[in-house]
Amino acid sequence: MDAISVNKISKSYGTVRALQEVSFEVQKGELFGIIGPDGAGKTTLFRILTTLMLPDLGTATVNGLDVVTDYKEIRRQVGYMPGRFSLYQDMTVEENLTFFATLFGTTVRENYDLVKDIYQPLEKFKTRRAGKLSGGMKQKLALSCALIHKPSVLFLDEPTTGVDPVSRRDFWEMLQRLKKQGITIVVSTPYMDEAVLCDRIALIREGQFMGIETPQEIVNSYQERLWAVHSNKMSSLLAELRTFKGIQSCFSFGDVLHVTVIDDQLSPASLKCFLVKEGHADVEVYPIQATIEDCYMLLAK
Amino acid sequence: MSTLKFLLEKEFKQFFRNPFLPRTLVFMPIMIILIMPFAATMDVRNINVAFVLNEQSPLTNRLIQKVSSSEYFNLVDVTSSSKEALSLVEKGTADMILEVPVGFERKLTREGKGDLLLSINSVNGAKGGIGSSYIATLLNDFALEMRDELAPVVLSSSTPVIQIVPRYLFNASLSYRTYMIPALITILLTLLCSFLPALNIVSEKEAGTIEQINVTPVSKFTFIIAKLLPYWIMGFLVFTIAMILACWVWGLIPVGNVATIYLIAIIYVFAMSGFGLVISNYSGTMQQAMFVIFFFMIVLMMMSGLFTPFRSMPLWAQYITAINPLRYLIEAMRMVYLKGSGIQDIARNLAALIGFAVFFLLWAVQSYKKSN
Repeated sequence: MDAISVNKISKSYGTVRALQEVSFEVQKGELFGIIGPDGAGKTTLFRILTTLMLPDLGTATVNGLDVVTDYKEIRRQVGYMPGRFSLYQDMTVEENLTFFATLFGTTVRENYDLVKDIYQPLEKFKTRRAGKLSGGMKQKLALSCALIHKPSVLFLDEPTTGVDPVSRRDFWEMLQRLKKQGITIVVSTPYMDEAVLCDRIALIREGQFMGIETPQEIVNSYQERLWAVHSNKMSSLLAELRTFKGIQSCFSFGDVLHVTVIDDQLSPASLKCFLVKEGHADVEVYPIQATIEDCYMLLAK
Repeated sequence: MSTLKFLLEKEFKQFFRNPFLPRTLVFMPIMIILIMPFAATMDVRNINVAFVLNEQSPLTNRLIQKVSSSEYFNLVDVTSSSKEALSLVEKGTADMILEVPVGFERKLTREGKGDLLLSINSVNGAKGGIGSSYIATLLNDFALEMRDELAPVVLSSSTPVIQIVPRYLFNASLSYRTYMIPALITILLTLLCSFLPALNIVSEKEAGTIEQINVTPVSKFTFIIAKLLPYWIMGFLVFTIAMILACWVWGLIPVGNVATIYLIAIIYVFAMSGFGLVISNYSGTMQQAMFVIFFFMIVLMMMSGLFTPFRSMPLWAQYITAINPLRYLIEAMRMVYLKGSGIQDIARNLAALIGFAVFFLLWAVQSYKKSN
């Protein structure tokens, strides 16, 4: 049995269609990533799966339980960490953790081994109010509170948004450890670099899934000719390349531009030659391997 | 049940950690019982009078004496120019001008008739109206004194005089305070038991913490009860303190049964808690909720007969007061406090409030379902 099974879920807010016939399965013990820009429908999907919201159409099950009819049982079995920090800021670290443990009829001690790694760095601040913690600490506390009842499925809605790169890496290491304990994890993120850390990822845009595969499969399925272009006049370069015949798309990626080429006659050398003629200096053009982000851009087109 | 215990523990913890709420709890009954009765009074005192004397005579001196010795009037100026007196009114130093014309004493003693010109600043209609009736009583009194002195004794005794001796029931001293305090106490219940829990729920919505609670097995009903109970407890605590203060400071003891007061207060609290929940269900932010509550607070107070008797409102306004729960509570509170009414006497009020309680609680449940 799949941990999560979603069948043609749709949800609209007035005329805005947040989700359109989304279907997917998540296996037990899988780390499943949902990657997409803001407003793509990620949070709506999480809210439906955590029984906070009813879908307009379609069905979904978590651990074989229907999200509409068996919502009570689902709430015992899942952990949810919303995108926004939503613990009690006027209660201390320890009080928050104890409070959420008691709501599930358990104690902190009983499930301490599960949260130990995550909670330990917070232990010395346990009498501090949650509102006074730093961003990374808040995130650790929120994860601890979502885990304290030993859920079998964990939903994390953009857990690393607004967290520094070091804490982000730590956080993903924690997720890998949780996965080893057999917990199914569904995580959403707007960061493409985090996508490769998932077992499988779904790219979502405007309420629709564009593909669900392993990160490697997604990268492998990339068929376009992809080059990186660099020159001393980057801003005018972008505009020039976008109007250049034979180039399909051009996006800025850090300090280079990624271009997809449809003209088979065009070679990096001839493009470089053309750009030098146009007045660019330090021109570099070379073929590169596609990243998840390139795949996303291609699918999102 | 144990879940409720933990939720309640959390609510109390948060309440007493709030830098503002516990202080308000102490301050509110003090404000209502010790300070408000002085402010919410219709007794008009300290009316500033300016005299314009166009003649000086022993009689005018006596008139001035008479007016300034009254506890209602302050003498601010005696002048011979009406212009000067009017400028005092314009500046706000005088509320009233009493102008004595030339030949006042002569006319009064010879013809038994005297004219005085009274001008009153009636920007504040109540003060103007009450002030003029006070001065009329005072002048009448003055005229009677004059007549007794000037006219032959025989003459005065032959005029038939009807003397009215009023006996004021239920509030013998006509104290405005006695009338206001039982009504003012109800404001405490409205704020504490209805609007505060509503704001608290909206604040959890705004902070997103309600999401985190909603993904736990805690039922919505338990959650709401855990929100309401602490405020009910504190509301009735403050209500009781206010009644004790009213007794201790003003000697105001309910003539009727205290249990009757608690009974109707509890039903009122049910009704208003329902109303508060309805507001919280429709508001997404504190700002929205605050604004709606502020609006309803004013309507509730102004259209409840708290300050002005609702029977003297136009008929359409009386219909509006009929759908105001506060009106029924205030009416009942005054009846029990001053007249000693029992449950049968306030049965209509009880029935109305039970109706409101059922209506609002059902609406709250209904809108709560929809909001999800």
